Amino acid sequence: MNIKSQKDFFSGLMFMTVGVGFAWGASGYSIGTGARMGPGYFPLALGVLLAVLGGVITFKALVVETVDGDKIGTFAWKPLVFIILANLMFGVMIGGLPSIHLPPMGLIVGIYALTFIASLAGDTFNLKETAVLATILAVMSYLAFIKLLNLQFAVWPVLAGA
Amino acid sequence: MELFNNLALGFGVAFTLQNLMYAFIGCFLGTVIGVLPGIGPLATIAMLLPATYALPPVAALIMLAGIYYGAQYGGSTTAILVNLPGESSSVVTVIDGYQMARNGRAGPALAAAGLGSFFAGCVGTLILAAFAAPLTELAFKFGPAEYFSLMILGLIGAVVLASGSLLKAIAMIVLGLLLGMVGTDVNSGVARFSLDIPELTDGIGFIVIAMGVFGYGEIISNLGKHESEREVFTANVTGLMPTREDFRRMIPAVLRGTALGSLLGILPGGGAVMAAFAAYTLEKKTKLEPGEVPFGKGNIRGVAAPEAANNAGAQTSFIPLLTLGIPPNAVMALMVGAMTIHNIQPGPQVMTSNPELFWGLIASMWIGNLMLIILNLPLIGIWIKMLSVPYRWLFPSIVLFCAIGVYSTNNSTFDIWMVAIFGVIGYLFIKLGAEPAPLLLGFILGPMMEEYLRRALLLSRGDWSVFLTRPLSASLLAGAVLLLVIVLMPSVKSKREEAFVED
Repeated sequence: MNIKSQKDFFSGLMFMTVGVGFAWGASGYSIGTGARMGPGYFPLALGVLLAVLGGVITFKALVVETVDGDKIGTFAWKPLVFIILANLMFGVMIGGLPSIHLPPMGLIVGIYALTFIASLAGDTFNLKETAVLATILAVMSYLAFIKLLNLQFAVWPVLAGA
Repeated sequence: MELFNNLALGFGVAFTLQNLMYAFIGCFLGTVIGVLPGIGPLATIAMLLPATYALPPVAALIMLAGIYYGAQYGGSTTAILVNLPGESSSVVTVIDGYQMARNGRAGPALAAAGLGSFFAGCVGTLILAAFAAPLTELAFKFGPAEYFSLMILGLIGAVVLASGSLLKAIAMIVLGLLLGMVGTDVNSGVARFSLDIPELTDGIGFIVIAMGVFGYGEIISNLGKHESEREVFTANVTGLMPTREDFRRMIPAVLRGTALGSLLGILPGGGAVMAAFAAYTLEKKTKLEPGEVPFGKGNIRGVAAPEAANNAGAQTSFIPLLTLGIPPNAVMALMVGAMTIHNIQPGPQVMTSNPELFWGLIASMWIGNLMLIILNLPLIGIWIKMLSVPYRWLFPSIVLFCAIGVYSTNNSTFDIWMVAIFGVIGYLFIKLGAEPAPLLLGFILGPMMEEYLRRALLLSRGDWSVFLTRPLSASLLAGAVLLLVIVLMPSVKSKREEAFVED
């Protein structure tokens, strides 16, 4: 049996898995009856519905012809990794990482880390240009978010004992 | 006339220096993100939500609304000058707008889009003001069964108008509803699907989902594509004024676009994008006058009608939100979030409990439209300059604003880890061709739907027929079924696919 639409086949599988997962989770809560719905009632119904929809989508993907096979195509690993990593590093810089005794480094360090890592996701990377961009963003964010909007951020590194 | 009193109240609120300033900021930002391809009103509003904590609720809503309708103006500039839709609602403007620019008529195209939008925006605001009160009256007749049926209608409407596969869109809604179930159940106190993570007992933040899926997911997907050649017609924008001939053709097109857009905006699931598609299709159906440029070759009607329609739709989609408290599209779902942040429960009671907010917002929309036409026509040069900002500077900035926005919502790094997860999920959705907008709508409506279903069935002692025996509820459900039947009719089905293939 050939997969006629790759996109639909895998999204159907995704919906089925998630639907079954939610339904299974919901069955652990009290279900109740229509008149007295328990916490599991609505999620269970939705989970089953999602699994059924996923099944139909997968089935159609195996049966209905498409022009070009609806290929998913290659994943853009480079942007995916660097954008998500940039976001995670920003979180680490803001919140610190107690498990390795890294203290919070604050907003400014976080902005530089994020800008440099995120820029690596692009087609070209220019160190000087990125440094300028990061500086502009740091100054602007400081003025806009800290001075103007008064958001509560640790701006500078919080060193141990300080 | 009560309407005039109300509008006077509204203008009194909107004309304070502070509110004028926030309306301007909103319109300005809206134009900026409208002009820039790859970032839409959804991500921007999600980003700015946390920043509105500190503002008074009226100012916050005025600004956020400005972003939404401002983006409809800005999007057309990019569509006309760069052959890229700056905004998803200007996808059809690209077709004729860019051709006009290539023929050296970028100026009249921009003017047609701007003037058409302004007219439509004014009409849309008036409709909103006029219909809000009677619809609110109707809303007070709604019981839980009616609300549940209305949400079904809204969700079906959103699916019908979404692009791509119908089944996948329904599945995305159900997935959204399920994600909305995560967190503590209000009735039993059971922490559902929290995986024993304490932060999840409060549920998943919708800002986290919106930013991850729409912000990061889009950026990753954009970077995965090859940078297309951008050709900006800066030199050609001389003489904004359309000719008399242009005006004669434009005016009926703008009127048709406005009417269609206002109507589609009110419908659940409607909004700016669908309005633009429908208006363009309608114009293509009308007969060409002798000597008129065919569609697709730079017909001014192909610019004026969809631009009028998307702006009218953007205004009137506030009607279901403000009167019933039910968001008709994903942007309005974010507005629900914005209102909740400020302890305003969206729904019919807003008009009586917060009249200054209600009418102030409406009045500010008219003022905002006036600001936008000034921002977009005489000051067009600024936006043309901005189009030359390279994406490699833009995307790190967007990533940064997303990260700051997410963190500042709760000052918690947990949200940053969550947004990373949803960024990956969002990219996966894009790769699998599953449109994420219905998911967000489902997510917002999920807890509400469960609550209304629970109440309706409690009142009827578990009898499901209550949804069909109450006339209002039955007609809403009939509407939903009708919508589904219409889309599934073979002739409409092929047309619908055709309409979405054009982008």
